[in-house]
Amino acid sequence: MSSMDLVLFEEEIHLLEDVLQRLRHDANARAVFLIDKNGQQIAAAGEIEQFDTTSLASLTAGNVAATDSLAKLIGEREFSVLFHEGQRDHIHISIVAKRAILLVIFDERSSLGLVRLRVKRAGTEFEKIFETMAQKASAGQDGGPAPTPFSEITDEDIDALFSD
Amino acid sequence: MTFINYAAKEINCKIVYYGPGLCGKTTNLQYIYSKTSPDAKGKMISLATETDRTLFFDFLPLDLGTIRGFTTRFHLYTVPGQVFYDASRKLILKGADGVIFVADSQHERMESNVESIRNLETNLKEHGLDLKSLPYALQFNKRDLPNATAVDEMYRVLNFKREPTFEAVAPEGRGVFDTLKSVAKQILVELRKR
Repeated sequence: MSSMDLVLFEEEIHLLEDVLQRLRHDANARAVFLIDKNGQQIAAAGEIEQFDTTSLASLTAGNVAATDSLAKLIGEREFSVLFHEGQRDHIHISIVAKRAILLVIFDERSSLGLVRLRVKRAGTEFEKIFETMAQKASAGQDGGPAPTPFSEITDEDIDALFSD
Repeated sequence: MTFINYAAKEINCKIVYYGPGLCGKTTNLQYIYSKTSPDAKGKMISLATETDRTLFFDFLPLDLGTIRGFTTRFHLYTVPGQVFYDASRKLILKGADGVIFVADSQHERMESNVESIRNLETNLKEHGLDLKSLPYALQFNKRDLPNATAVDEMYRVLNFKREPTFEAVAPEGRGVFDTLKSVAKQILVELRKR
């Protein structure tokens, strides 16, 4: 695997989902999403069926990328928290473990203060999980590349995708 | 950056359409969107100005089907082509698994094509990516226009590593899917090598 690839195994997804579930509950949020900085959703919890999650992930990543560049333009390393206030629903965006984005959607049943507090706590937990993932990945590299189902992809498999 | 999710059994890849302003990047995506069945595509997002020029990016998620039990999903992005949007272009290239360069065939746009490919190389380098090794295809768009440059001439000027090259008329769909398939295949072949 390229060092740039993000590979998530079932065990890690469950750990991340557990933290998201807890965060959603404790922050009284409508939904919470963990998104890769390149715009792909990693995991989510809450009323996710209410949202177009793919678009949400892509736009959030675009938003964070643009804001990051803005920060650098004025000499800041980053703006670690973004908050968008709507009439009914609000969005709280923060960076966790340097590579992922945590998006919390909440309404009048919660408050910005509560969300900030709970996000901070969840952030520490996410960092630990990502750290373990990174350790596992580098241990895997030392022992040679882990076999993946894709090493056995045939030309026929690929052609079949484009058959129609 | 390919994202492999073993829990959801998904492979997610990112393809970026690059090229000078008004070369037809958004039109490529619009055609793909119009010809894909609803269950294989997500919503197409266009962050554009009031005059429909791309301001930040267009985005189209596509499901190509399953491969070895994994859903293969491609996220297609376009960059804003106008020269002064370079900061935005750089951001969108981040994590790209493959790039499609859409060249405008019109004589008077040849210089812009060359400049845009150079800009692509520079911006890729900033993300630690190299156009020479990245899955890449070249599309000569607007072949139907009377002032189109000869294909041989365009190939000589723009093709630099014998990358797959396609003639296209994006609004009619000519060459659109062939270009996409070419890069998607190269990405999957890369995935196999790792």
